[in-house]
Amino acid sequence: MDRPAVGRTDRTRRVAGTVLALGTVSLITDVSSEMVSAILPLYLIAGLGLSPAVYGLIDGLYTGATALLRLVGGYVADRARRRKAVAGIGYGLSAFMKFALLAAGTSVPWLSAAIVADRAGKGLRTAPRDALITLSTPSESLGRAFGVHRAMDTAGAFAGPLVALAVLAASGQAYDAVFVVSGCVALIGVLVLVLFVRDQRGPRPPATTVSLPAAAALLRRRPIRMLLAAAVLLGLSTIGDGFVYLLLQRQENLATGWFPLLAVGTSLTYLTLAVPFGNLADRIGRAPVVLGGYAALLAVYVTLGSGFGGPVTVIVVLFLYGGYYAATDGVLMALAGPLLPAELRTTGLGLIQTGQALAYLVSSVLFGLAWQRWDGIGAIRATAVLAALTLTVAAVLLRSVRRVGDPVG
Amino acid sequence: MSVRRRVLLAASLTVVLLGAAVAYVVVAGHRANAPAAAASAVDAGPGDRVLFRSTAAAEYGRVGTVARGSEAGVRKLSGLDCDRVYAAAGRGICLRPDGPLATYQLAVLDAGLRVTDTYPLVGVPNRARVSPSGNVLAWTVFVTGDSYNGGRFSTRAGMLNVATGETVDSLELLSIIRDGQPYRAADVNFWGVTFVDDQHFYATMSTAGKRYLVSGDVAAQSVRTLAENVECPSLSPDRTRIAFKEALHGSPAKGWRLTVLDLSSMRRTPLAETRSVDDQAAWYDADTVMYGVRRGTRQSDVWAVPADGTGTPRLLIPDAESPAALGN
Repeated sequence: MDRPAVGRTDRTRRVAGTVLALGTVSLITDVSSEMVSAILPLYLIAGLGLSPAVYGLIDGLYTGATALLRLVGGYVADRARRRKAVAGIGYGLSAFMKFALLAAGTSVPWLSAAIVADRAGKGLRTAPRDALITLSTPSESLGRAFGVHRAMDTAGAFAGPLVALAVLAASGQAYDAVFVVSGCVALIGVLVLVLFVRDQRGPRPPATTVSLPAAAALLRRRPIRMLLAAAVLLGLSTIGDGFVYLLLQRQENLATGWFPLLAVGTSLTYLTLAVPFGNLADRIGRAPVVLGGYAALLAVYVTLGSGFGGPVTVIVVLFLYGGYYAATDGVLMALAGPLLPAELRTTGLGLIQTGQALAYLVSSVLFGLAWQRWDGIGAIRATAVLAALTLTVAAVLLRSVRRVGDPVG
Repeated sequence: MSVRRRVLLAASLTVVLLGAAVAYVVVAGHRANAPAAAASAVDAGPGDRVLFRSTAAAEYGRVGTVARGSEAGVRKLSGLDCDRVYAAAGRGICLRPDGPLATYQLAVLDAGLRVTDTYPLVGVPNRARVSPSGNVLAWTVFVTGDSYNGGRFSTRAGMLNVATGETVDSLELLSIIRDGQPYRAADVNFWGVTFVDDQHFYATMSTAGKRYLVSGDVAAQSVRTLAENVECPSLSPDRTRIAFKEALHGSPAKGWRLTVLDLSSMRRTPLAETRSVDDQAAWYDADTVMYGVRRGTRQSDVWAVPADGTGTPRLLIPDAESPAALGN
């Protein structure tokens, strides 16, 4: 048994209290937000009697603007050295929007404003939260820390729709009760953040270290540039859950009622694999695990494009898809963290997240166009080719990052 | 603050917040259990009555009728709950929840509002209609899953002929002629069927960002476009005009104007109702259309306005929506 010493200590090291606290905040917040996501279409269409066209308009408000907010939130958090405060504003904004949705009544502009503010809150809080995780965890066990955080986060997302169902059943189908409960739950999340998460403020850095030129200079560091390029490239090959499930549904002729269950299958796999994959990333290196995750995504596309059918295909696709999330979402942040200087870490993480989010927006639009042009199967085959290319180039880019980013491997 | 104090503070505030949440759920639950108005036998067969869905608190969702001429007066309520309802010639359609969340059912009703048959529907009920003979039922549901056009909405519209058992599961299966040319696209959506007879109908079709009035033929399995920017058509009793909602400046984001289209001249007449109406209108008689107007998250009223663009809207049935004139 000649295991490397670092690997062994990793497995016994306890996850930092701040990570557990942030995990708890994410868990509670995701219960709250997924409760609302689960019933929002029903509320708008069946409850308020809006026509589908108006629902489409409101739903389409998920824009690049909130992606850019991650970068803004990251920079402000670094600048003021107040990552917890910025994260808290993000969580708080989303919490109050649950009540605002109720107050908006049938006014489409107010409903839209509340939904946009909710998503802005999510954009604002993500980078500071991930920066707090990296700053409170020794770099050799970051994979595990992110794995634990993401598993807790997904557990919340999993429970949300079930809580919404319970509230609807207990209140005689009152949608307003779902919003009120969701708002109260979100406030508990903010409370846990305020009371139990510790900001990592450290000594005040010289005035020039956190400035716009310094932030721009991040891009002059070769590993960061390579990582950002790889993240954007990989982001270009992701097409979004809706498309994956839709293709699966078409291929298998599943009744639309099964749709939510597909997401449940993915979450369960994600939930189960997040911690093991985080540990694996700490042992064998984060870049190989991230690349492995995107290879799983490529396998999903190939399976969907192959025309194979049957229940086994559904299970394999959902397993690979959940595995892709578990191997990439948190692990990429664990890979990025140690590359970034502590005083600009939030900005750097925000930069990578924004790059990925914008790439994803582009790829969704492209996939929509490809779907119109070649139908679903043609579009997914084209995506598989694109994903194979981006994966190859990203693997080359990440080779140069590995030596710096991974203490082991 | 010590850890102990922080834990105590967190625990007590959590209890307060959860208590507030539970209290709200309990109150909301009791609100739904408000003493229900007594149900009686309701005649939904042909006659001088208007059928509707009540939105009054004590009878929320229940289907009832009022006498033509005194619509704001005494209402007869059934024990039936529906999200959308319509009836003609002694047969009704009721779209209602079936189990938790996104499953619904179509209930076929007889002239006494008794359920004679049910069919499962996946999606949120949006529109319902019955052909003048009472034989064919049409529905539109809203489906959230189809996100092929960037997470936007999708609808499914279908028909069921109770007399022959013939069904059209989704109008998307029919062949489409757009501006005289055969047309195929992945983003085609249909909603808001209105019947001419058991074989012929009008409906809305949307594709490539535009919404069209289409005329359909079930026997020929085809639909063809007739006009642009016509949503939720409703054919007049004499079959010469269509009441519909016209998107302002072609954009549903700006709201709608109730409008009547003359089918022989294709001339459009905006009606005196200037509020944005998001409903499939119904004809009260040959000269008047009626439609639901929302007044809050749950309340709605049925209003009426002359079909020739003159006059002013008037409140027809308070606390009601989904109207159907039972007429002949």
